[in-house]
Amino acid sequence: MPKLPAWLKRLLAVSNDDPRKIVGVAVVLCLVCSVVVSATAIGLRPMQEANRLLEKRRNILQVAGLMQPGGDIDALFEQIDARIVDLRTGSFSDAVDPAAFDQRAAVRDPELSMVVPPEQDIASIRRKSHFATVYLVRDEAGEVATVIVPVHGYGLWSTLYGYLAVKPDGRQVVGLQFYEHAETPGLGGEVDNPVWRAKWSDILLYDDEGNVQVEVVKGAASTGPEGVHQVDGLAGATLTSVGVSNLMRYWAGENGFGPFLQNLQQELADHG
Amino acid sequence: MADRRKLVTDPLFENNPIILQTLGICSALAVTSSLEVSLIMCIALTSVTAFANLSISLIRHQVPGHIRIIVQMVIIASLVIVVDQILKAVAYEISKTLSVFVGLIITNCIVMGRAEAYAMQNPPLMSFLDGIGNGLGYSVILIGVAVIRELFGAGTLLGIEILAPVSMGGWYVPNGLLLLPPSAFFIIGCFIWVLRTVKTKQREKVAFRIMDVQVREHA
Repeated sequence: MPKLPAWLKRLLAVSNDDPRKIVGVAVVLCLVCSVVVSATAIGLRPMQEANRLLEKRRNILQVAGLMQPGGDIDALFEQIDARIVDLRTGSFSDAVDPAAFDQRAAVRDPELSMVVPPEQDIASIRRKSHFATVYLVRDEAGEVATVIVPVHGYGLWSTLYGYLAVKPDGRQVVGLQFYEHAETPGLGGEVDNPVWRAKWSDILLYDDEGNVQVEVVKGAASTGPEGVHQVDGLAGATLTSVGVSNLMRYWAGENGFGPFLQNLQQELADHG
Repeated sequence: MADRRKLVTDPLFENNPIILQTLGICSALAVTSSLEVSLIMCIALTSVTAFANLSISLIRHQVPGHIRIIVQMVIIASLVIVVDQILKAVAYEISKTLSVFVGLIITNCIVMGRAEAYAMQNPPLMSFLDGIGNGLGYSVILIGVAVIRELFGAGTLLGIEILAPVSMGGWYVPNGLLLLPPSAFFIIGCFIWVLRTVKTKQREKVAFRIMDVQVREHA
């Protein structure tokens, strides 16, 4: 036992029932604990931020079909450009910095977002950011090969957040992937099933007149001409399927990325 | 030495916190649908129990009786936050699935129970070992439940496909019930049944013989 200084010995000798001791112990304990907790939190923050960024990039690469097992995410991400789209006009914008912009934070900021009128709010998102970060994937020739836009909407239990990848014609889906949701595992959670996700590839968002036609149907997609817009619903997860259908229709529609996607060719030619 | 070994091995089967003491059931139901998540949860809970026991035992003579539960809670809560932060930094994927449940270790009855029942009366090293032992006792059950649930509920173990499910073009029809929390109740119930059949000492004495009376009345 190391020798304790006299003042500390006197303090420790005070009866445990003395009110001063009770307050003293509580204060010292809280101080020690708060120092430990804040030191850990601050010490680990850089690692946590790096993880969050990596996770986001992995999802973007996956939805574009660029993710290879064991591939270096940062190196693969080199071929992707982040750009800001103004959802009010459907055009590229330089109003905010794509590296710093956080759409989910912007939704809570009245300066950067608006209330979605209930009659338009089929995806139950309530508020919508004015801006969104979209990602342009370029091929070797430097041409835009895939455009990735963020989508979200309400399923059965939770808001599903994901990315939708489309061809540069703005019509043909490359992939849809959700990176955050809390749907029932095994039922609604099957939105993560690669077999179901694969059904999204080559689906057409719009018909030839530019009307939103994409939908998730109950049962199997039609074999007729409208089948090119339809994806099979998830068995046992009707409400999640309806939620996905609604969020796709919302974000493909005129209040979402509709104006942007419909003019994508023009936009890319002008500003790409 | 034999005493110390008993501290670690006893809670595994003889005095298991989940099965005999029926503590910590809540998280055993919630996180066991996948084995990987359960393993991380076990490591998190074992380290929290061990270090909470250690620190509480170190200051046990200085803790005023009136606020001892609050003191224990503060220490446990701080340790849980530290574990949560470490998970977010080194195992981000898993921390996303676990997040709420790591936070709920604070209310896990095993941690509180061992702090109050053991660490407040025993020296630091013994308390630390007791914490590890009880953490492992919890882990044994959690891992057992998780293996059954993941293998038969999803056809995988640690995410590796063992029984090829029909949805991926295989032959196995997964039992969806096993992925839902109530199934853990049935599995833990079966564990308790088996253990109490083997170790008859663990059977509880019947406190009231209500059934007997009813049977006689009907007869």
